[in-house]
Amino acid sequence: MGRGRRPAGTYWRLDPDLVARRARRLRVERLYSWGLGLLAWSVVGLIAAILGVIVWQGAPAISLEFLTQPPREGMRSGGIYPAIVGTLYLVGFTIAVALPLGVGGAVYLTEYARPGRLTRLIRLAIVNLAGVPSVVYGLFGLGLFVIFLGLGTSILAGSLTLALLILPVVITTAEEAIRAVPRSLREASLALGATRWQTVREVVLPSATPGILTGIILGMARAAGETAPILFTVAAFFLPRLPVSIFDQVMALPYHLFVVSTQIPNMPVELQYGTALVLVGLVTGLNLLAAAVRARYRRARRV
Amino acid sequence: MGTPPRRTLHVELEALQDEIVRLGGTVSAALERAVRSLKERDRTLAQAVIDADVEVNRAALEIEQRSLTLLATQQPMASDLRALGATLKLVTDLERIGDHAKGIARVALRLGDEPLIKPLIDVPRMAEVVREMVDRGLQAFMSRDQDAALAMAALDDEVDRLYRAVFDELLQIMIDRPGTITQATHLLMVATHLERAADHATNLAEWLLYVLTGERRELND
Amino acid sequence: MADKIRVRGLSVYYGELQALRRVTTSIADRAVTALIGPSGCGKTTFLRSLNRLIDLIPNTRVEGQIFLDDVDVYSPGVDVVDLRRRVGMVFQTPNPFPKSIFDNVAYGPRIHGLSNQRRLEEVVEQSLRRAALWDEVKDKLRHSALDLSGGQQQRLVIARALAVEPDVLLMDEPTSALDPISAGRIEELITELKAEYPIVIVTHNMQQAARIADWTGFFLHGELVEFAETERLFTAPKEPRTEAYLTGRYG
Repeated sequence: MGRGRRPAGTYWRLDPDLVARRARRLRVERLYSWGLGLLAWSVVGLIAAILGVIVWQGAPAISLEFLTQPPREGMRSGGIYPAIVGTLYLVGFTIAVALPLGVGGAVYLTEYARPGRLTRLIRLAIVNLAGVPSVVYGLFGLGLFVIFLGLGTSILAGSLTLALLILPVVITTAEEAIRAVPRSLREASLALGATRWQTVREVVLPSATPGILTGIILGMARAAGETAPILFTVAAFFLPRLPVSIFDQVMALPYHLFVVSTQIPNMPVELQYGTALVLVGLVTGLNLLAAAVRARYRRARRV
Repeated sequence: MGTPPRRTLHVELEALQDEIVRLGGTVSAALERAVRSLKERDRTLAQAVIDADVEVNRAALEIEQRSLTLLATQQPMASDLRALGATLKLVTDLERIGDHAKGIARVALRLGDEPLIKPLIDVPRMAEVVREMVDRGLQAFMSRDQDAALAMAALDDEVDRLYRAVFDELLQIMIDRPGTITQATHLLMVATHLERAADHATNLAEWLLYVLTGERRELND
Repeated sequence: MADKIRVRGLSVYYGELQALRRVTTSIADRAVTALIGPSGCGKTTFLRSLNRLIDLIPNTRVEGQIFLDDVDVYSPGVDVVDLRRRVGMVFQTPNPFPKSIFDNVAYGPRIHGLSNQRRLEEVVEQSLRRAALWDEVKDKLRHSALDLSGGQQQRLVIARALAVEPDVLLMDEPTSALDPISAGRIEELITELKAEYPIVIVTHNMQQAARIADWTGFFLHGELVEFAETERLFTAPKEPRTEAYLTGRYG
């Protein structure tokens, strides 16, 4: 009661200086809020513009034939079917390689590795891998897989290269997801007499699955959209048939887009944009899927 | 350190202790007044003692209530728990001593102006010892003095000795002069009241020992 | 009463920090032993050293012995996995796995190799009954355990621990995250379970220790200051530091 009692009346008598300062602060506050809002919306606007142009220009090209037929007449007509299939193959095999490697690495780092110089080194390597330009991956893939291991330009070489590219994303997101599993769940499992591996398999990974999936899907989107890594390792300039083994070359959407946009004279613009639309649609679709998985995960995780 | 933990409990415990001591002072005075009213044949004083007992009971009830509230809300432990438990028992003992004072005053009222069959010597002496026990008990309680409590309890033997002397003497008077039986019985009741009061006073020492050591020891042999 | 666990000169170090200082005591069979003391006094470390859960913390060093039925749990030949099966543990916040009620209780038996579905169902029912939860969940065993209330989750977790037929139950502040009614139910359950198990419970709630424990140990700065029958410890502690803590005159 006795604390900080004010003399009667002073509470409401406001200092004019204070009033002025407050008013100024409020104006500055509004300015910042408005300015930052503008910046944020301009990003949205930019994306909308890009997507708008692509959809506007590319939509007329989209047809059943475009999606299911190989290119004809020096790629100036026909479809992009082999490129779509090639990209799907590449993404599929990339995930097949990156998933076990990435999740395994994440499990090792979170559950087994004792904190020390080695784990710090591994983390540093992962961070740096994420920063390497993708064309370097392409050259590395060419050197290691195509030439040194003798895999030739093939789905296998391309997928391995892409897997290396997305490995940092997969490991980082998987690690985060695994770390987000409450320690008390691990302890509960261990206290019941489960081994470390049983705990990882039965408790940690199931709980982390949605988060890991998010990382995988983001990795897929990245793999689907990259051009440089596949340039020297798998992509075919023009190959109007489907591959029969993993040692075959394939066409791929990003490279095909590069080819039709820059390498072919008198190329109909709508085919270029059509190809871009399919690629962007695929990548955006995968990103949306990742967002949906995350959202469902958040809803499902009741506390 | 800021506010010590459990400050409310300790403040209230101390307040209760003060109440106990105050109640003890009241019943000790009541005992003295009751015996004086008998000795001096003062019916007004006797009536006053009887009337005052209502106040003693009310004070005792209040201490009980506050103790129970404290028990329920503060859940004291260890020496605090013992102090509170002892308070609950002590208040009963003090209230009973008050009842005995009232009993003695009743006898004084009953005897009225009737001449006494013998001069009262041992009975006032008894009353004095009992008072001393109560006062020293409260003193020991306040100062948490174990030795003082034990010394006080030893006075109970003196009370018992006086009680036997009074008993024998009154019995002899009744045998010699059967006409005195009514009054002698009343006087015997006074001695019994005092002897009981002394037992309750001994309990003060027992409870104090419990508060201090956590051990229950029977001092009333 | 027979001693289920005997602790001899137990010291635990987290790196440079000594968390326990030569603790020597015994845990009686079929009785509740409560561990009290201020935060950071070592009581949880003591509890977690009984099932070697402190092994999970890097740079932990243990000296002294803990005998569970005359076997030193820190001797080299001991199988930690088997030890932890024998020493069940319940944690501060209810931590059911994000699985169905059935799968939560069946988790332990399954990892220990029980796969017969009929037998699993028996174990689950029996464990849930012993944890006084069966009647509330028998019609929704396939529902997510996370749909249960906090108090029910804690009883589920107790059932999960009982399902592996442990020899000892450890509880680390099992009611501190629960409302009073649910906490009361857990306390009742503990009192029932002590007919079958020795139970060691860490609690911040002195009244809880006073209510349910037969024995109580008071920890301070990693030291077991006093260990006695609960009634004696709470009414007439022998150690001045216990007295100071119980009456709030500590520190």
